[in-house]
Amino acid sequence: MNETSNLTGERIKKYLSEGKRFDGRALDEFRNLEIETGISKNAEGSARVKLGNTEVLVGIKMDASTPYPDSPDKGNLMVTAELTPLSSPRFELGPPKFPAIEVGRIIDRVIRESKFIELKKLCIKEGEKVWTVFIDIYSINDDGNLLDAAGIGAVAALRNAKIPKYDEKTEKVVYGESSGKAVPLKKELPLSITAHKIENNWIIDPTRQEEDISQARVAIGQASGIISSMQKGDNGPITIKEFDEVLDLIEKTYNSLSSSIEKILK
Amino acid sequence: MAQIKRPDGRKFEEARPMKAKVGIVPNANGSAMFSFGDTIAIAAVYGPKKMHPQHSQNPEKGTLRCNYNMISFSVNDRIRPGTSRRSTEISKVTEWALEPVVMIDNFPSMVIDVHIQILQANASTRCAGINAAAMALAHAGIPMRDLVSSVSVGKLDKTLVVDVNKYEEDWEDGEGATDIAMSFSSNNDELNHIQLDGHITSKELKEAVKMGREATKKIYELQKKALKNVGEEIEG
Repeated sequence: MNETSNLTGERIKKYLSEGKRFDGRALDEFRNLEIETGISKNAEGSARVKLGNTEVLVGIKMDASTPYPDSPDKGNLMVTAELTPLSSPRFELGPPKFPAIEVGRIIDRVIRESKFIELKKLCIKEGEKVWTVFIDIYSINDDGNLLDAAGIGAVAALRNAKIPKYDEKTEKVVYGESSGKAVPLKKELPLSITAHKIENNWIIDPTRQEEDISQARVAIGQASGIISSMQKGDNGPITIKEFDEVLDLIEKTYNSLSSSIEKILK
Repeated sequence: MAQIKRPDGRKFEEARPMKAKVGIVPNANGSAMFSFGDTIAIAAVYGPKKMHPQHSQNPEKGTLRCNYNMISFSVNDRIRPGTSRRSTEISKVTEWALEPVVMIDNFPSMVIDVHIQILQANASTRCAGINAAAMALAHAGIPMRDLVSSVSVGKLDKTLVVDVNKYEEDWEDGEGATDIAMSFSSNNDELNHIQLDGHITSKELKEAVKMGREATKKIYELQKKALKNVGEEIEG
């Protein structure tokens, strides 16, 4: 599973020009999605997401901490992603490189800008103590589209999370004891959905090989028709007409993906 | 001697329920999961492959490189992602535990990478990591003289017990807790790795090693069974 060869790349392009993919999917079709929640006893919430052979783990930890001066009555949110060398021969040990930082930042914006977590309800004492929600993403196997898998994992883990007990006297969190309260969330799921451009075709949920030959990428975070974050990636330009089509493609994909996620999480 | 009772009702020589599964990371050349109760470790092997940078190559034999890491939400108090002094040491100790069985002489100038992630921690994480790593190496088809099986033995006050959990690790009554992690070449009495912290006499320690050796025989059977049934979760 190292570099995708030119020959494979050419074959992928040829297939796409006929509207086909190696694994028989339609261009706008996600791979088989599996979500398992509550996989970790020491996390406040957790989820394992598999998209075909791509697998990520997402855990939620919470701690009581000081609020930021510009938001004294709001909880804090922190998202990190680790692209572990366990998950791919391409990832190396050491401080996070750009791809890992980008996953963390994009998922942070998807969650934050959609106001999915009601951070005002995570205030313990204004100006002094608020909850910090940590969303930590770990790749277990990279077969492309870690970004969307991470986003699905983040919302599934948040839905699974319970706020731990907070002792008012000691002003400390009592881990292992749950307050029984769920993390206050909006109903609509914010999802990151990424479309990739390969020659003149746009595809959803690329495999590693497809992602390797992608010329441009548009990642959109949205919830029920409202777009709240977006990032174009890679150096291939896209026309305004293409951009319009991508927006329609992603909106359509959002509807089918969010309903299948809701079905799995029910 | 006052006898203690184990908080979870286990017999002194009884490990927690164990699970093992081989073939969990499709990208890797070999991979495995091993758990002692709530302690879950996964390991993936990449290689043998050319060692980079070139000046790190050893033309006489290959290099086994282990990397142990706990994921941030594996414990109650979130761990800041990245390496720590503790994980660096455990990575090295894991290499020492595995090297005696890996036929590394076959791979001059090459490196075999073993990546271990602790998904959930309730003590004895390095032992679960070593057990998973040994299976992952075998699954990757790396020539090995033997497998490695690892377990912790604890002394709670004056009583020796196999496979300590977090509660037992923090034992405070009487002489407190002693934690001894040890790894054996599975088919003989070679001790590849041992570490201890606590408070123990040499007589007790000798006994603890015997107890650990017996416990690893069961672990070995589980590892073997998982390797013969790739993709299946085996319980033991």
